[in-house]
Amino acid sequence: MNIAELSAYGYFALTIFLVIVLYGYIYHLYTKKRDVEGHDYEEYSNMALNDDIGSTPVKPLLRDKEN
Amino acid sequence: MENRPLEYDYTVAKMFMLTTIALGIVGMLIGVILAFELAFPSINTILGSGLAEYTNFSRLRPLHTDAVIFGFTLSGIFATWYYVGQRVLKVSMAESGLLMFIGKLHFLLYIVGVVAVVVSLLAGVTTSKEYAEFEWPIDIAIVVVWVLFGISIFGLIGIRREKSLYISVWYYIATFLGIAMLYLFNNMEVPTILATSPVGETAIGNWWHSVSMYAGTNDALVQWWYGHNAVAFGFTVPIVAIIYYFLPKESGQAIYSYKLSLLSFWGLMFVYLWAGGHHLLYSTVPDWMQTMGSIFSVILILPSWGSAINMLLTMKGEWQQVAASPLIKFMILGSTFYMFSTLEGPIQAIKSVNAIAHFTDWIVGHVHDGVLGWVGFMIMAALYHMAPRVFKREIYSKSLMAAQFWIQTLGVVLYFTSMWIAGITQGMMWRAHDEFGNLAYSFIDTVTVLHPYYAIRGVGGLLYLTGFLLFAYNIYKTWVSDKEVDAERLNQSPMGA
Repeated sequence: MNIAELSAYGYFALTIFLVIVLYGYIYHLYTKKRDVEGHDYEEYSNMALNDDIGSTPVKPLLRDKEN
Repeated sequence: MENRPLEYDYTVAKMFMLTTIALGIVGMLIGVILAFELAFPSINTILGSGLAEYTNFSRLRPLHTDAVIFGFTLSGIFATWYYVGQRVLKVSMAESGLLMFIGKLHFLLYIVGVVAVVVSLLAGVTTSKEYAEFEWPIDIAIVVVWVLFGISIFGLIGIRREKSLYISVWYYIATFLGIAMLYLFNNMEVPTILATSPVGETAIGNWWHSVSMYAGTNDALVQWWYGHNAVAFGFTVPIVAIIYYFLPKESGQAIYSYKLSLLSFWGLMFVYLWAGGHHLLYSTVPDWMQTMGSIFSVILILPSWGSAINMLLTMKGEWQQVAASPLIKFMILGSTFYMFSTLEGPIQAIKSVNAIAHFTDWIVGHVHDGVLGWVGFMIMAALYHMAPRVFKREIYSKSLMAAQFWIQTLGVVLYFTSMWIAGITQGMMWRAHDEFGNLAYSFIDTVTVLHPYYAIRGVGGLLYLTGFLLFAYNIYKTWVSDKEVDAERLNQSPMGA
């Protein structure tokens, strides 16, 4: 097998791998519906809708001794 | 000491809003002049033969493209970043003296860059690479401007209160990384003053002049990897960032599917980078690379339509807003034009179609339905939404905005339809031959046939420019208006009659 043939197989394998990753990601998103911390992905839309500086963050970043 | 409530600080956003409008006028005005120069060649020397150097098509053309890409669009991206970034991260620029300084420096150096570009291009100093015409000293300045933009993005993210990054922020980050990579690699160049000629001459040419580090086909490949992805990371990714914030916010509707937005993001990032080869179909680049460019261009429909359909479905059950608000009209037509041009592009990238379309006006039409209909409409809509919140004034006139919408829509339609007909006519005439293989037409035959379409294109561009001037007037009157808005509206922007 020469290098061109090898790279062709490699390219094919990479394509298959990426397709699996992509479909795996879609499957994950639509079956779990929530991220690892338990937030429904759809809640994140509220980051744009409630974007006053005083509004409560969807997922607050906890800072040491703030306020 | 007085303890005032914390507010978002739009100082830098305001500065970039100003350059968006000013450079938009410049870029579009030059575009209209160029369109009429093509239709009526005598305009090339309108200021006399002595000044023809500065008024002819070829000198002005890079000024048009670069003013629209790096002037109008980039300013719009910066203006919206300095607005959206604070809001979705829930942190004010007023909270960090350093970030405020970086933001202002970013603007200042950007202006220096703009002046250098305008002066050098008008003087005819160019590397002759499309959309990468700037000589090396300006390239270095642009890199500095870009790094400052990056510090602003990641600096603001660093002091945020919202842990998650809203989808628009992802797109802004992708814009930053994408352009950084493309710009650096495509502009690798050697100043000619450092070179030695085959006969031993040194210090050749002017100090600012340079040649590309790549040669021949490699240069073409890198150039169109850059050129196409400049469209990706300048005209698509950041504009998707803009619509993902401004449409939901203005309409008060949550994104139809946040999951779909994540999926489309990764799809777009992966696929876009491979599609540039379609600019080099039927050229000297390897055949497999051309085929790959075509295939990835067609696949690109999926992530593009994923975002666009997501935006249209966001309006589900709320379509009366499209009729009621000219601002929503701009955004809905913008995403429709996005769907339209992301379907048209892949069609043109198919090899058999490209055999007719390549080098014709159809390509010019494609670029303009994307930029006028999608990029232009979205940036103007974003600035309209920002204006009452930034200036704390009601938008001056709703009816003026509606008039602008219809004038510009008509302009875009005239532009792309005339270029479709012109392009396909041109492509067919170039290919036509008799039974012995002799070409049926000479170049001037095509010029004669295309004249009316070029004139229509000029009128279309003029209508769009007219609409843009109405936009500039509307924003100016909003700025100086005495109709103050006490409390910021959550959704629909306040508008005067």
